[in-house]
Amino acid sequence: MAVTDAQIEYLEDMATHIREDIIIMLEKAGSGHSAGSLGTADIFSTLYFHIMKHDPKNPDWEERDRFVLSNAHICPVLYATLAEAGYYPKKEITTLRKLGSRLQGHPHKGALPGLEASGGPLAQGLSIAVGMAVAAKIDEKRSRVFCMVGDGEMNEGQIWEALMFAGKNRLHNFTLVVDRNNIQIDGFTEDVMPLESLKDKLTSFGFHVIEVDGHNIRRLIEAFEETIFEKPKVLLARTIPGKGVDFMEFKPEWHGKPPNKEEADKAISELEELRSLGGKITCEHE
Amino acid sequence: MSKSLNKKFHLAGNIFDSPDQVPARNGYGEGVVEAGQADENVVVLCCDLTESTRNAKFKETFPQRFVEIGIAEQNMAGIAAGMAFSGKIPYISSYATFNPGRNWDQIRVSICYSMANVKIMGAHAGISVGPDGATHQAMEDIAITRCLPNLTVIVPSDYWETKKAALAIAGIESPVYMRFGREKIPVITTEKTPFQIGRADTYRDGQDVTVIACGSLVYEALVAAERLSGDGIDVRVINCHTVKPIDEKAIINAAIETGAIVTAEEHQVHGGLGNAVAEVVAKNSPVPMEYVAMMDRFGESGEPNELMHKFGLDSKGIIAAINKVIERK
Repeated sequence: MAVTDAQIEYLEDMATHIREDIIIMLEKAGSGHSAGSLGTADIFSTLYFHIMKHDPKNPDWEERDRFVLSNAHICPVLYATLAEAGYYPKKEITTLRKLGSRLQGHPHKGALPGLEASGGPLAQGLSIAVGMAVAAKIDEKRSRVFCMVGDGEMNEGQIWEALMFAGKNRLHNFTLVVDRNNIQIDGFTEDVMPLESLKDKLTSFGFHVIEVDGHNIRRLIEAFEETIFEKPKVLLARTIPGKGVDFMEFKPEWHGKPPNKEEADKAISELEELRSLGGKITCEHE
Repeated sequence: MSKSLNKKFHLAGNIFDSPDQVPARNGYGEGVVEAGQADENVVVLCCDLTESTRNAKFKETFPQRFVEIGIAEQNMAGIAAGMAFSGKIPYISSYATFNPGRNWDQIRVSICYSMANVKIMGAHAGISVGPDGATHQAMEDIAITRCLPNLTVIVPSDYWETKKAALAIAGIESPVYMRFGREKIPVITTEKTPFQIGRADTYRDGQDVTVIACGSLVYEALVAAERLSGDGIDVRVINCHTVKPIDEKAIINAAIETGAIVTAEEHQVHGGLGNAVAEVVAKNSPVPMEYVAMMDRFGESGEPNELMHKFGLDSKGIIAAINKVIERK
C-alpha cells in the first residue's frame, strides 16, 4: 500500500517530537546517551507509529508485535517513543534516571508499560528477541518481532550466536535493525573492530539484508514492508549520531553525555525550526 | 532401616546396607518429561549435550518443544528469557560450569532482573565429574547463583528428589537454578518422600550436633551420623535442598537445640551452602560451625570417589568435622 505524503509528514513530525523529548529528558537527567538516541528517532517513529501492531492501552496484548532494544543505553529514544504513543504520561519523562523513577538508566522490564525486556549488557536483547520469535513460531502466532542492535554492539560474540540461530531456524517473523552509525566509544567502528563487510556477513548467516537510509522514513517503510519468506530480515540502517541537532551530529563526544541547559535550549530551538520546515531530515550518506 | 531416621520422610530402607545407585541427572530427565506432560508451555533448550544432560526423552516426547541451541550458552539464556516473556516455561540445560558459569551476565539481566520464568539446569555439577578435570568441575555455581535476586537455588540429594524438584519448579513463576551431578549416587529417598521447595528436611533427629548438607553429601552425612551413633554421639541430619530461599527456622532450631553445626556440600567453601547457613547462624543464634567443602582450591582429574575422598567430601570428612565442632562447643 502506497504511503501518502501526509503520512510521511506525520511520521517526520513525530520523530522531531521524539527528539525534543530526548533532549528534555537527558538535560533533566544530567547523564545519559544523546547521540544514538537522536540518531534513531526516525526509525522509532516509523516502527511505533506505522509498522508495528500494538496497543498502548493494552500493552500485554498477546497478538502484539514486539520490539526489543538491545543497544539499551539509547533507551531515551524508546522512553520518548512510548510516551508519545501513550504508554505512560509524558510528564514522567523528566524523571529519567532519578530515584524512584520507572525510567531507569537502562530499561527494567516490568517497571514501565511497553518495555519488552530489560537491557544494558550488550547483545542480550537480540537473543531475547529471537526467543520471542521462536515462541511465536512454535505457537503459530502472527506476531512479529523487531529488534535493534548498535553496530559497535556487534563486537559481542553473543550477537553472532543469536544470528546463527535465527538464520538456522528461518525466523521469517523476525526483523533486525542495525543502527549503523559507524561510531562506538573508542572511535570509528572500522578502527576499533572492523565489521565490514557487514552485508556479506549477515547474508552468509541466512538473513535477507536491506541497506537503507535510517533517516528516510519512506525508504524505511518500504524496507520494513518488504515481504520475505522463510528468512529473517535485517535493515542495515545508516544513521547519523546526534541527527537533528547540528552541534551534536557526528561528534563522538556526544555518545555518552547529555546536553546542559544552554545546549538543550539551543537543540530545542533547532528542532523547532526543523519542525516548521515539516521535518525533511536528510541523510548525508545519500 | 535405622530407628533414628525420621519416619515421615519414608527414606529408603537400604540406605546403610547397599543403596541403589542412580545418577541424579536421570531424575531430572524423567521429571522434566512429567513437567512437559503437565504443562504444554514447558520447553527445553539444550546446548549440544542432549543425551548427557538427560534431555533425550523430552526431545523424543515433545520434538516441537525442544530447541537445539548449539554450543552457545549465552544465547540460550537470552532465547529462554524471550520465550518466557511469551508465556513459555523454558528449562535450559548444559554443564554447570557453562550454565550458569559462562552465561552468568545473561542470567543476571535477561532472566533474574526481568523475572523471566526460566529454569536453569546445571548438569555435571561438582567435583564428581572426575576425569575431565578442574575445568569441568563446577564448584562455584551455588555461590554465583545464590547472590542473584529473584533466583531460587535448589541442590537435590538423589534421583527421586531431583525428579520431584524438576517437576515442582515448573509450578513457581520465577527463575530457578538447580544443580545435579553426573555420577551414580545412592538413592536415599523414595517415591513417597515428601518434597517442598524452601523447606529443609530433618531426615535424622539428634541432639549433640547438626549436619546440614545438600546434594550427594546428604547420604554421606547420614552414614556419618549412623557411625557416630555407636560412639554415643547423637547427630541431627538436615537435607537443605533449597539453598535459597533458605529455611531459617530449621537452621536456628538446629543451632539452639544441638549447639553446633557442620555443613557439607560438593562446592567451594566460599559462597555455598556453608556460608548460607553461617549467615543465618551468625545473625540469630551463633554456635560453633565447621565446613565440609572444597577448601578454596581447584580440583584435578581422577575417579569420582577418589576425588571425593581426597578432598574430604565424604562421611569420613564429615565425622572429622563433627568431632572438631563438638570439641568447640
